[in-house]
Amino acid sequence: MQDFAEAFTVAFGLVGALDADLVEIVVLSLRVSLAAMVVSCVIGLPLGGWLAISRFRGRGVMLVVVNALMGLPPVVVGLMVYLNFSRAGPFGWLGLLYTPTAMIVAQTILITPIIAALSRQVLEDLNTEYAEQLRSLNVTGFRVVRTLVWDARFPLLTVALAGFGRAVAEVGAVIIVGGNIDHLTRVMTTAIALETSKGDLPMALALGIVLLLIALGVNALVMSLRATAARYAYA
Amino acid sequence: MLRAVIDPPAPAAPEGAASTRLRTRNIVLKIDGKSVLDGVTLDFDPDRLTVIMGPNGAGKSLLLRILHGLLKPTGGEVSWGGGPAGPPRQAMVFQKPVLLRRSVAANIDYVLPKSECRDGEECAGLLARVGLAHKARQAARLLSGGEQQRLALARALATKPEALFLDEPTASLDPPSVLMIEQLVKEIQSTGTKVLFVTHDVAQARRLADDVVFLHRGCVTDHAPAADFFGGACSPVAADFLAGKIVI
Repeated sequence: MQDFAEAFTVAFGLVGALDADLVEIVVLSLRVSLAAMVVSCVIGLPLGGWLAISRFRGRGVMLVVVNALMGLPPVVVGLMVYLNFSRAGPFGWLGLLYTPTAMIVAQTILITPIIAALSRQVLEDLNTEYAEQLRSLNVTGFRVVRTLVWDARFPLLTVALAGFGRAVAEVGAVIIVGGNIDHLTRVMTTAIALETSKGDLPMALALGIVLLLIALGVNALVMSLRATAARYAYA
Repeated sequence: MLRAVIDPPAPAAPEGAASTRLRTRNIVLKIDGKSVLDGVTLDFDPDRLTVIMGPNGAGKSLLLRILHGLLKPTGGEVSWGGGPAGPPRQAMVFQKPVLLRRSVAANIDYVLPKSECRDGEECAGLLARVGLAHKARQAARLLSGGEQQRLALARALATKPEALFLDEPTASLDPPSVLMIEQLVKEIQSTGTKVLFVTHDVAQARRLADDVVFLHRGCVTDHAPAADFFGGACSPVAADFLAGKIVI
């Protein structure tokens, strides 16, 4: 028990002193996950918008597939990306394996279905409310999507943050495609796994504390966005 | 069943302008195989404020949606006088106003051409007309029910409609809001816009109507000038409705 207490004390010390190794790992984690979130939004939001307002044969099947992909096992995604980026794989010539870019790709694959499925739900609900009025005002095509995305901006930001939360806490995929290489691809989750296996509890705990703080920060941001949206009624 | 059909005068629309002489021929609407509108044939006078009345479930709102083009009938046709300019500019105000999640002014700007948005005069003028100039920067969804409906009406006016459809716009509003909206509707009609107003409020219909269409179970039972209709020259079912008897 005393070891734990000592580990916590050292961990808080590392966080408080902004230990250089710790900061490097945290910065890389944020860089990778934020990049994955941005790319996923670029792909997932239009996909969600399209699924929300279009009606076509096979749409139901597509919705089931997109929803099912929200539960993609990270290790399976990691394995698929690994196979594609390994030297014998179709994208081996890019030389991306064990780089932050490969980690961004893996996280993007993981969270794009989350962003597409959740944004589809948000935009479809809004479209149900707006559709008849927009048709009455002679608003059609891309302007409908633009209107829906703008008016649903607060819920969509929440969706993006949910994607970020999933990405930053993910370990299975990034450890396979990133390799957990010190000063290159070591992020918070992979470092926690490594330091725990080495018995270096203070560093693992320090990273865990930062990860929890980020999770808390993301949730606080989501709540404040909701409060802002309610206060201004999306105006 | 049709008691009277108004024979409207020849359209007086200026040359090149879209005609607001609305006609329907044998409109049929079936939902899940059940007929909810059955053989609706009407000629609307462009210069009169037409009130469409009837009990709940008579098909009033569905007919209005078909006339506005939001709903495709199972059979029959809707035409606008066959003028060279095609259908007129139209707008519709719904029973429950659907406002964008933006400010009051932004809801108006949304439908204005960019050139008219820039100086803000058009928007300010419309908001002043519906008594909302002082709430321009407020969130539209935080307005009261009556204010929301007035904003919806102002937004409809921003499209400069030649035909305006109103689907029970005053349902669930307090009397001052009802009177304010009725006053606005009369003003709009007086500027030459063809107004079709759906209501099941008899007193309101008496206040507004130039002519009345009465629907019962998806069929037109009456289409008559308001004076005749309210003066007793109406079908038995309409007479029962006006007398406050249960009409199903």
